[in-house]
Amino acid sequence: MSGHPSVVAMTANSLLQVILVILGGPLLLGLMRKVRCRMEGRAGPPIRQPLLDLRKLARRERTRPEESSWIFPLAPVVLAATILVVAAIAPMLTTRPAFGWAADLFAVVFLFLLGSVFLALGALDTGTAFGGMGASRAMTIGALTEPALLVAILALSVPARTSNLPAIISQSLDHPAWLATPQRVLALVAFVIVIIAESGRLPVDNPATHLELTMIHEAMVLEYGGPDLALVKLAESMRLVVLFTLLANLFIPWGIAGAPGPSHLALSVVATAGKVAFLGIAMAAFEVTVAKLRLFRVPELLAGAFVLAVLAVVSALVVA
Amino acid sequence: MRLQSLFTRMRGLALDMGDPAPGPPVVQDAAKRLRGSLQLRHVDAGSCNGCEMEIASIFSPVYDAERFGIRLEASPRHADGLLVTGPVTRNMADPLRKTLEAVPRPRVVVAVGDCARDCGVFRGAYGVEGAVGDIVPVDLEVPGCPPDPAAIVNALRGLAGT
Repeated sequence: MSGHPSVVAMTANSLLQVILVILGGPLLLGLMRKVRCRMEGRAGPPIRQPLLDLRKLARRERTRPEESSWIFPLAPVVLAATILVVAAIAPMLTTRPAFGWAADLFAVVFLFLLGSVFLALGALDTGTAFGGMGASRAMTIGALTEPALLVAILALSVPARTSNLPAIISQSLDHPAWLATPQRVLALVAFVIVIIAESGRLPVDNPATHLELTMIHEAMVLEYGGPDLALVKLAESMRLVVLFTLLANLFIPWGIAGAPGPSHLALSVVATAGKVAFLGIAMAAFEVTVAKLRLFRVPELLAGAFVLAVLAVVSALVVA
Repeated sequence: MRLQSLFTRMRGLALDMGDPAPGPPVVQDAAKRLRGSLQLRHVDAGSCNGCEMEIASIFSPVYDAERFGIRLEASPRHADGLLVTGPVTRNMADPLRKTLEAVPRPRVVVAVGDCARDCGVFRGAYGVEGAVGDIVPVDLEVPGCPPDPAAIVNALRGLAGT
């Protein structure tokens, strides 16, 4: 025990996490797009392109569908707010973020779910056919991904005997032998499939599609424009960064700051950025090589992820 | 051998487009506003699909318009303006007006191809309502039947300011 960090230091940690997530989200998206373009033989836009897009969108006129209510402009705000809350409390850079006691795995998963539900409500609120279709599909997929995410992290919490994410990670650091167990590998595969589905990427959903009938997430945001769209896009990219960071920290925790102090934190920023960038590059490379799954095959994939997660929990319980 | 071709591909195959000529004031205004990020909604108002093929090829590895921050969007709400091709047919005049109405302001309209500019070979045909400029205000025109992809890319680069 190297002493409790001060409240100021913990708040500064959380603030740093939030700022890095806000900046890192668009940059991660830009990096992934760059990798994709290069593999397709194109030069591709600069990595900061998503930031340029957001800057422009933030200054454009705010449009509203005629029939929409107060839910429509509220949805992007709730979506972004829930992800920022996760970014502040989750163990992204340090195992002792401010309000780390609140970063329970159930709380984090339900915060993600709250944002998704509000986005679906916003899509329904537009009153258009595609908004309703996208909302229905997103909720179908969400109903399959959220339990899988929950159960996958549960498998990690069994040996740690706590559902608190910072505690799970700091205990994994103390017991490196846990990291190579079968339940970890099963949970890892489930977690990766969940991230692909949750962030609406290939092969579950194609973020670059123009065909409304194949859309899932894009169909929900068709009616958003200007600052609202900027918020939705920013929130989506932030969610990807948060999920990648959680994946990296839960399964390969080395590099996260286990003790207070600026030097640990600086090392952690570098290590986490490296891990997230690696995951982004790997995912982009994978996306180039796969085609989108037919919508009716997606539940099979997600059911597979859920089964793997359940097996991970069962094997964790048997071993424990 | 294969490794070398992989590296060639990783560098990108794109043509060097040079610097686009500075456009008219409306284009320069747009460039100041958009600063390297231009998203357009493509509307086919009755084209023969010749222009569509050239537009599809501006996103190919050779012309690679995306490296200048130019993309086509699936929704007019996401767009900074419209990319309109073809003479406007009677059935497409209203959809074109409605699509433009859905684009957040300030917005630009780019007419691509001779048909969009003055109806081209379809002038006077019974199903044709008029050129794009007769239906909605046009800010920028790209001549050609069909226009060269490089001409389209350079016109859009002027708007994006890249």
